[in-house]
Amino acid sequence: MSETVLEAHAITRDYHVSGGFIRAAKVVHAVKGVSFKVEKAKTLAIVGESGCGKSTLARIITLIDPATSGELMMNGREVDILHNNRVTPALRRTVQIVFQNPYGSLNPRQKIGDALTEPLLLNTDKSAAERRDLAMEMLAKVGMLPEHYHRYPHMFSGGQRQRVAIARSLMLRPSLLVLDEPVSALDLSVQAQVLNLLADLQDELGLTYVFISHDLSVVRYIADDVMVMYFGEVVEYGPRERVFADPRHDYTKKLFAATPKTDVEHIRARLVERQKWRDSRAKR
Amino acid sequence: MPLLDIQNLTVTFATMKGPFTAVDGISMHVDHDEVLAIVGESGSGKSVAMLAVMGLLPDTAAVTADSLTFDGRNLLSMSLKERRTVIGKDMSMIFQEPVASLNPCFTVGFQIMESLRTHLHMSEREARNKTVELLHQVGITDAPEKMRAFPHQLSGGQCQRAMIAMAISCKPKLLIADEPTTALDVTIQKQILDLLMQLQAEYGMALIIITHDMGVVAETADRVVVQYNGRKMEEADVLSLFAAPQNAYTRALLSALPENATGDRLPTVADFRLNDAAGGPTP
Repeated sequence: MSETVLEAHAITRDYHVSGGFIRAAKVVHAVKGVSFKVEKAKTLAIVGESGCGKSTLARIITLIDPATSGELMMNGREVDILHNNRVTPALRRTVQIVFQNPYGSLNPRQKIGDALTEPLLLNTDKSAAERRDLAMEMLAKVGMLPEHYHRYPHMFSGGQRQRVAIARSLMLRPSLLVLDEPVSALDLSVQAQVLNLLADLQDELGLTYVFISHDLSVVRYIADDVMVMYFGEVVEYGPRERVFADPRHDYTKKLFAATPKTDVEHIRARLVERQKWRDSRAKR
Repeated sequence: MPLLDIQNLTVTFATMKGPFTAVDGISMHVDHDEVLAIVGESGSGKSVAMLAVMGLLPDTAAVTADSLTFDGRNLLSMSLKERRTVIGKDMSMIFQEPVASLNPCFTVGFQIMESLRTHLHMSEREARNKTVELLHQVGITDAPEKMRAFPHQLSGGQCQRAMIAMAISCKPKLLIADEPTTALDVTIQKQILDLLMQLQAEYGMALIIITHDMGVVAETADRVVVQYNGRKMEEADVLSLFAAPQNAYTRALLSALPENATGDRLPTVADFRLNDAAGGPTP
């Protein structure tokens, strides 16, 4: 039986919006009791529109923000997610995150090499020479060159920066990587390169991914399991083949219907409809 | 005769490192009642070409063309004053960031009315009534209420609807939409694209959609121009482009779509560049 890397049970997160002179304080339920399980070297995709709580969930799994209630098991061990001041270096080495915008997630005044070695400096007691060697190795692994080590983020394109951000997240050799919309800010061709890189790294290092996206065509390509969220709730959860072949919830169906289709049959049908419309307008 | 005709358009920016050519000898045209998609990656010059048509580029840009005509008028020799009577009226544009392209200091209603009063010389009352009608038309339900709202009080989708209302307020002959749905969710994207297509069909106006998303192209365009590095790679009707792309770059772009993945890994456009450098089929 395969090994479960991440198991979440009934995670919730409430935000308290403080009231003012006129407005009363209110509670926003951003995540409402979410449960899921990811096995080693598999990818769980979380899909939903902005404001559905998917990024909040990502921050809880990555132990950045605390949850209001719920349980989380990582590599079979229970993790305290209700108090984020209890995160140990050992836990930090287990889970890492890659953010959506590689322009915002790298410090503009920090050289690539320093960005890569900093996690090691903070969480391990490796020597400077060791840290440098590991960073060089990781640069090569994500398809960058040794001379990039001493450069600054502004000297790179969006795709290259996302490679650096991925390299940095892997410096501590985590078993779990949370990817929060890692390709939505990238051009189509660069998106393909980064998706290939992620697939290569997963094969090579046995990584487990939680992949957050709103793009169903990307999800279909990369995911093993798919979880659809809507207003903080999971409305659909299952293996990719099942979800794509037989979506059960109305919101999932709506998402599929809204996703643009690029097959020739679909375009032909659209053009026929359009011609009909034009003809009827000409008659009026 | 095409509504907008661009022949050999070149845009060069003066930079610290010398001149940079963003658009390099592009020719294209749009007819009445036609939807043209211009597709390309960031830096391909697709927005710059259209900003040159609108006359919205900064002074550091040098625009040259053999011919640049709109509705039979020469845009190159037109004075600034004359141009202002055309843009925003017969030719209007909407942008990628709907929240950023509205003025945060004025209400949405005021900004739409401003365009009506300037171009169509409407009275305050006429403009107000027309604005309510326009907001209804773009699918904003409580229009009188939303007219008094400031841009930050609306969602991204609503702001884009308000921008569209402003752009179509004077019944333009040409609407240029620069990445109109890139910042929006897929469900909202569908609503906005449907709205644009419906307005286009109703008014019979020409519509240019600038995008990097092949999905948006497939859902909207009649004809497509593919741009790369400031040059036109391919021009075809939408069906032939997707069914039988002629150019190596277009083929690379289409095969990089995740939904077209056949094997374990996606082909990338870098593969195309390598072939190109090795003396492969040149565009």
